[in-house]
Amino acid sequence: MFIEPEYDVIVVGAGPSGTSTAITAARLGLNVLVLEKQQQVGMFKRCAEGFAWGLIESLELKLPRKCWTQEIDGSYIYAPNMKEFLIDMGKTSGYVLERRVFDKWLAEEAVKAGARLIADVNVYDVIKDKGFIKGVKANFLGEDYEVKSKVVVAADGVESLVGRKAGFPLINNPVLMDSGFQYEMAGIELKDPHKLEFYLGTKVAPRGYLWVFPKGENKANVGIGIIGNSPETAKKYLDDFITKHDRFSRGSVLEVNAGAIPVGGLMKNMVMNGLILVGDAAHQVYPIHGGGIGEAITAGNMAGKVIWHCIEKGDWSEERLGDYNKLWWDKRGNALAKSEKVRETIEKMSDEQLNMLAASITKDDLMKIVDGNVAILTKTLLKFGAKNLQKKIFG
Amino acid sequence: MPFFKVGDLVKLIVDKNKCLSCGGCVSVCPKQALELKKYPEWDKDKCISCEVCVKFCPVGALKLKRD
Ligand SMILES: Cc1cc2nc3c(=O)[nH]c(=O)nc-3n(C[C@H](O)[C@H](O)[C@H](O)COP(=O)(O)OP(=O)(O)OC[C@H]3O[C@@H](n4cnc5c(N)ncnc54)[C@H](O)[C@@H]3O)c2cc1C
Repeated sequence: MFIEPEYDVIVVGAGPSGTSTAITAARLGLNVLVLEKQQQVGMFKRCAEGFAWGLIESLELKLPRKCWTQEIDGSYIYAPNMKEFLIDMGKTSGYVLERRVFDKWLAEEAVKAGARLIADVNVYDVIKDKGFIKGVKANFLGEDYEVKSKVVVAADGVESLVGRKAGFPLINNPVLMDSGFQYEMAGIELKDPHKLEFYLGTKVAPRGYLWVFPKGENKANVGIGIIGNSPETAKKYLDDFITKHDRFSRGSVLEVNAGAIPVGGLMKNMVMNGLILVGDAAHQVYPIHGGGIGEAITAGNMAGKVIWHCIEKGDWSEERLGDYNKLWWDKRGNALAKSEKVRETIEKMSDEQLNMLAASITKDDLMKIVDGNVAILTKTLLKFGAKNLQKKIFG
Repeated sequence: MPFFKVGDLVKLIVDKNKCLSCGGCVSVCPKQALELKKYPEWDKDKCISCEVCVKFCPVGALKLKRD
């Protein structure tokens, strides 16, 4: 009824990567179909909802008030010894979204741009023909459909069925994935309802961190991301933390969320003949903090443009679609790869080293490190190393 | 051809009371032995019993039963 037999572009997944691709491609005049597995766009929240305003700019859209719950003007970071480190931005620098509303708003923008979107459609395979991906096989309310397209966009998240069915190499290394778990809590006490809280340490969150992202005066996403091969579950670590802190232990649970965060495994190649990967499906996540919404939007916008260009030129082979690889690596990939190096250095640090780092790092240096400056991190660590040695020798 | 398949000796049990259908296990499986339907579905012919999924699951909903 709703699904026609052929489109220029089929986007699988209506998360931010899929809808951003659809917005851009549809605005350029392409005939776009977006298919979403969930019964409701935005229902599948695998996210702490932290976001920065500017990240939407590539789409030339303004974030409507309804999409965010809380303005953020800084962060509290806690070292393993619980020493507090405040980063005060002095003004609003970010937001905690309501992903359900945000994802649905982006979906509506895609529709406004001329795309067609249908929820509750499960894509279960791709159509392959003569070395090209030529469409998808999907089920909509019990009926099977084969829909053809020039280009298929795998925007179907971290477990990307489309990518796997098309034969993309898998990341089979749990060390490159964080295991994430979260409660959306109400009735809790926050340090400051406009500041994020981050807790570090091998005992609190091995390799990753534990977060508190406020969604109101007494409400927040309280969650954790840990290395994917940890013998204890992410839930266990989070529960231990909550039990120990009265501010949270008496709170209520409004939602339970979980998910994998691809904090590594950036892909040199994200295209095939007639196929392009965006967002979590292509592991486009900032390796230090795991933020992927902004990356998804930026990449979706690039993918939409490249697809349009290829279709204009009548060639959507791997080679032509490969412009997307170049564009993305140039604008984002190299920065993300640097940030991955920083993460690899930090994850080797002991709690003692983390404590020392927190004790004397400046806000400016910290910001540079988060931006992927390995040199500053190394310099700071060497400084500690030298101090430590002096202490050992001279007492 | 191996003499026997690993999947004949083990069984992946999904605790549906715990599972949040987040797809984490599917995304770390090196053999595509899992697919996310309502809950993860296990393909015994592909499983190599590496237990990557079991360790990864954020809530500990997976167990590999060996008999
Ligand atoms: C616990 C956790 C906390 C996070 N916190 C943050 C944060 O604070 N800030 C931030 O920026 N990022 C955060 N991230 C990362 C962020 O959520 C993702 O990077 C982002 O959602 C990626 O967008 P996407 O569109 O690529 O994928 P998704 O948002 O996962 O969307 C994929 C969509 O595809 C659909 N789909 C999947 N398979 C099929 C199929 N076969 N057929 C049809 N549809 C399908 C899914 O239902 C889903 O709607 C977090 C992730 C986790 C797990």
